[in-house]
Amino acid sequence: MIELSDIHKTYRAGSGEVAALRGIDLRVAAGEVFGVIGQSGAGKSSLIRMINLLERPTAGRVTVDGVDAASLDAAGLRGLRRRIGMIFQHFNLLSSKTVVENVAFPLQLEGRLSREDIRARALALLDRVDLADQADKYPAQLSGGQKQRVGVARALACEPKILLCDEATSALDPETTRQVLRLLRELNGELGLTIVLITHEMDVIRRVCDRVAVLEAGRVVEQGVVADVFLSPRHATTRRLIEEGGDADDAGAGGPGAGRTVRLTYRGETTYAPLLGRIARETGVDYSILGGRVAHIRDLPYGQLTLALVGGDVDAALAQFAAAGVAVEEIDR
Amino acid sequence: MSAAGSALFANVDWAEIGRAGVDTLAMLGGSLVLTVAVGLPLGVLLFLTGRGQLLAQPLAHGLLSVLVNVLRSVPFIILLIVMIPVTVVLVGTSLGVPGAIPPLVVGAAPFFARLVESALREVDRGVIEAAQAMGASPRQIVFDALLPEATPGILAAATVTAIALVSYTAMAGVVGAGGLGDLAVRFGYQRFQTDVMVVTVALLLVLVQVLQMIGDRAVAHFSRR
Repeated sequence: MIELSDIHKTYRAGSGEVAALRGIDLRVAAGEVFGVIGQSGAGKSSLIRMINLLERPTAGRVTVDGVDAASLDAAGLRGLRRRIGMIFQHFNLLSSKTVVENVAFPLQLEGRLSREDIRARALALLDRVDLADQADKYPAQLSGGQKQRVGVARALACEPKILLCDEATSALDPETTRQVLRLLRELNGELGLTIVLITHEMDVIRRVCDRVAVLEAGRVVEQGVVADVFLSPRHATTRRLIEEGGDADDAGAGGPGAGRTVRLTYRGETTYAPLLGRIARETGVDYSILGGRVAHIRDLPYGQLTLALVGGDVDAALAQFAAAGVAVEEIDR
Repeated sequence: MSAAGSALFANVDWAEIGRAGVDTLAMLGGSLVLTVAVGLPLGVLLFLTGRGQLLAQPLAHGLLSVLVNVLRSVPFIILLIVMIPVTVVLVGTSLGVPGAIPPLVVGAAPFFARLVESALREVDRGVIEAAQAMGASPRQIVFDALLPEATPGILAAATVTAIALVSYTAMAGVVGAGGLGDLAVRFGYQRFQTDVMVVTVALLLVLVQVLQMIGDRAVAHFSRR
């Protein structure tokens, strides 16, 4: 659906040059939710703007839906942009237009439908995001979460196949963030919408994305299926981002206690299996729980437990865990 | 007028004041409409050709900017005189209300254009980016996003410009355009008729107050923030 090949972007800053992107290769498949995470200054917002050419790459190829975006003339590019919806951190609604006029705006620009059809479609979209009763208000009268839902309705007006989300939840409180993310997931399911989102919050990635790329200083340092990257991060930046999100299981390190320390990672149904007690009984191992959590990555349940194991046959216990499909990692203390 | 009133304003010829008031309003109305007609596109061009904007054109922007600065730095009283040959070509005379309007427009339009430029800069860049992301053409961005968003700022700019024009019209007596300001200078100042001075200045003050009030109302009406 979207293919970025060896994308470079350099900005002139005063007398020197600043490289924002240094050789990005990404492929986003149709219908998937693809997340790009990185700290501020990593190049995320330049990267997402490459897809609809709000910013032009200094070098490299952008292919969207089989079309080389750079080859398009001005009219062709406007056509491409109509097929790509975009929502923004600060919503970017027109303050001079009402909510329904904002949603109607892209259709009005397109100039294909009659006034009545445009209004009807805009109202239907507002209904989809549960804002039909706010249609004639102005954006300034809405809360942040409502504004972003108007943004989503507006982005969907021209029935795009792709939705770009530029830090779409970064200006929202946690509860509103969850609402907007739930909406994005529903739209992904209902419309088969391909979603590319950029964020600095691991939680956003964990809740909605299928795959993730970790961006650091203009390069992709790690990418893959969210559960893999999240549960066994390989790059230091990824680990730091997970820690910042408060999702790290950092217990066990440096604590007191005898025996061996292990981290067990469960995924899927294993998460709920009563393994720990049974294996402890059978192998005579005693355990103390140093840290742990059970949560979801999108719809996949997972658990991570850090245990100190003493007595009994620890090796046999670890082998049994591994046999039951639990990833076992021994931690040096 | 009561007897006391007549004595107090012994030199005031109310019919003259009335004519002068009409002249002032005619100059103000005519020049304000034309100032907006010339200054608004000029301000939009100044904005669009600026650095990092939609139609960034450093050369065109530099030229426009110099033109605006030159016109703004000429004192209005000088502009009135320098403009005489051009005015004759444009309206057939350099005298009276018609003769005053071209210099008034040339004096006020660059001022208004700068105010429009800064009103447009106040528009959230994100809104322009969103319009671009929706596939809007530059023309659509200007007319459907930029100008509607900047409407309150542009109305405030027009108000400031209208009030500046009121003080410009006071100098238009130089080309025989009449008006309240001219009356104040010729009778109030040159003939020491303090009562005429007081009446004309009071009327100008009321005019400015009314313009500001209308402007504020219009700005409030179009503000949605």
